[in-house]
Amino acid sequence: MDRIISVSLGELVLKGLNRRYFEDKLIKNMRRVISDLGEYNIYKEQGKIYIEGLESNREVAMKRLKKIFGLVYISPCIKVSTDMNEIKKAAVEMMKEEINDRKDITFKVETIRSDKRYPLKSPEISRQVGGYVLSEIEGLKVDVHKPDVFLYVDVKEFAYIYTRKEKAYGGLPIGTNGKGLLLLSGGIDSPVAGFLMAKRGVEIDCVHFHSYPFTSDRAEEKVLELARIVSLYTGPIKVFSINLLNIQKEINMNCPEDEMTILSRRFMMRIAERIAQKGGYQALITGENLGQVASQTIFSMDVINRSVELPILRPLVGMDKVDIIQWAKEIETYETSIQPFEDCCSIFLPKHPVTRPKAIDIEKSEEALDIEQLVTEALETMKITKIE
Amino acid sequence: MIYLDNCATTKPRDEVIQSMVDSMKVGFGNPSSLHRMGFDVEKQIKEARRVIADYLFVQEGEIIFTSGGTESNNIAIQGIAKKNKKRKHIITTAIEHPAASNTIRELEKQGYEVTILSNDNMGRIDLSHLKDSLKEDTFLVSIIHVNNEIGVIQDIKEIGNIIKDYNKNIHFHVDGVQSFGKIDFSLYKSKVDTFAFSSHKVYGPKGVGGLFISKNTKLEPILFGGGQEKGIRSGTENTYGIIGFAKAVQLLSKNTSYENKKVLDLKTYLVDELNRRIEGIKINSFLDEKSSPYILNISFSDTRGEVIVHYLEEDKIFVSTSSACSSKGTTKSHVLSAIGLEDRFSQGTIRICFSYDLSYEDMTFTAEKITKAVNEIRSLTRR
Repeated sequence: MDRIISVSLGELVLKGLNRRYFEDKLIKNMRRVISDLGEYNIYKEQGKIYIEGLESNREVAMKRLKKIFGLVYISPCIKVSTDMNEIKKAAVEMMKEEINDRKDITFKVETIRSDKRYPLKSPEISRQVGGYVLSEIEGLKVDVHKPDVFLYVDVKEFAYIYTRKEKAYGGLPIGTNGKGLLLLSGGIDSPVAGFLMAKRGVEIDCVHFHSYPFTSDRAEEKVLELARIVSLYTGPIKVFSINLLNIQKEINMNCPEDEMTILSRRFMMRIAERIAQKGGYQALITGENLGQVASQTIFSMDVINRSVELPILRPLVGMDKVDIIQWAKEIETYETSIQPFEDCCSIFLPKHPVTRPKAIDIEKSEEALDIEQLVTEALETMKITKIE
Repeated sequence: MIYLDNCATTKPRDEVIQSMVDSMKVGFGNPSSLHRMGFDVEKQIKEARRVIADYLFVQEGEIIFTSGGTESNNIAIQGIAKKNKKRKHIITTAIEHPAASNTIRELEKQGYEVTILSNDNMGRIDLSHLKDSLKEDTFLVSIIHVNNEIGVIQDIKEIGNIIKDYNKNIHFHVDGVQSFGKIDFSLYKSKVDTFAFSSHKVYGPKGVGGLFISKNTKLEPILFGGGQEKGIRSGTENTYGIIGFAKAVQLLSKNTSYENKKVLDLKTYLVDELNRRIEGIKINSFLDEKSSPYILNISFSDTRGEVIVHYLEEDKIFVSTSSACSSKGTTKSHVLSAIGLEDRFSQGTIRICFSYDLSYEDMTFTAEKITKAVNEIRSLTRR
């Protein structure tokens, strides 16, 4: 009777011939978060992945595995041979653990028999296991319609008995959908954007723009802290920090005040694109959200898009702020994002930013600037922080 | 490095560090222990208490050790409130440190009545307002001696007289965290009942401070435990901290007025250097004996104090702001609000706090770097 963890895979099972590739990526990602927790063995059996070992660290492992994309459910199970007596004993033990002194519990046994050569059919297995559990534990009742507890029995080469199905995030394993460069600010939105793209299998690194000494080391540290939280889902992250102050000064001196924000955004995209091209990233990712602020109108997005050739992915574009906040709380970046750090970037915020910029006007304003030179100089300020 | 944030904390002197290392290595006993090791430490603590009492010209029995300024203020203010169950009126100022003002606000929530004294545009409180505010129900007047943001000194001798002339049973508490070890004063002549002070503002370690409690004053404790420090501050004494604190006090200049003159000359020199280079300056601290010579609060219009701080740190010059910048603009310091400083200036305010070991070259260099920062910032804010 072994205690193990099983994980079920979502969309991966639909991947046909590529499935093996996706599964191998997934297993690699799983190994990354549990390798320090002790001896274990990981194997696949019929659409699920099983982890044996880990002993007392099993709960910690489950918590960490919840953050691995591509997993749908995680269950602590008991693994036994397919001998019916063993299955019955395991079922009683699992059930006792599940009800844990609660009274008047109803349950139902659900059997999935993948091994069709097994002599008993699923309903018969359920019936026999259910009967045995009823006779061994007092005060239980069967309810096949709305039970308090589902007692699952998976019969494969071995039998797996479990009651808990902890929901994970689903999605696709990180690394199966290319690399994206996230523009990470200290706010609520961008970490969520990174998380959502990573959930679709995109490997994430970040670029952060600051205006030191107009912004502080503490504000920078907050961004690194957000990257640290996101990295719990995505694995190691690189953060490229770029000082934008000189560009902001140049814009301030040479361009119309109300275009400050959009001009800065276009520079950020250009700089990000350079980093992306050098590092083999296929897309830029932002936390932009349609209509949230003046610089996030559909007109602005159009003008911003025109500054680069790489696609800009905006996973939050159609979400409401409350939903973004809910995600931020779910992935635990919210509390860090709302920390009020002195951020004197507000000096650079125009009082009335343009909301319907036209590419032709913006390009005209940029003629006053040596774009190539400014981008190159900004890249020279780059610091790289590796978050493991 | 030019460290000009000595109101926030000071660099512990080498002798202080050494005394604490010795104490940790050898004399680590608990003064409450019966055996000789405990007794040895007990004697050291007694000696430390004598050093500090002597420095303040008070009796040993009038000093207790605490964890610092905040705790001292809490013990005094809450302790006297608990003792005086009948009277419910407190008088204080608008420019207290949060250690006192938030403690008093807490009492206000519990139903106490609080009068906030008005002050002039340099932070001096209005003594006639004090006279008018005293009443039968008043049990506590709590005053910050040297304000930590702008350095203004309140005349505690005059205040003490006014209070005690009205009713000698009104408790006079003074927050002396920025005055202890820095300026001359007499607790007895000022009729002070409790006086809070801290070690790390006078080149000692953090985590230790003291409270003077005049011998006729009774406080109710707010912490309970083993009854250390006459039952007023239970908890095993921070022996290493206390020993370091006493060492720091021993090393303070015996000639405060000479030291004050020296530091005031530096302060005046820096102000002249800045005035020579920059327009749009407002000095929020007195440049004479009405202010602590150690504190200079200065505003530069159309700048941001926080940005000046970050510019200066690049040249290893460390100053502080008194108002913090937030994404929604600037949160104005309560002290700058109280002196009615316009927003144009208050946003661009820094606080420079001196120490005994600075030179004129340091001041010239600082003035140059501040000028550079102010000009850079203004090139962005003035367009």
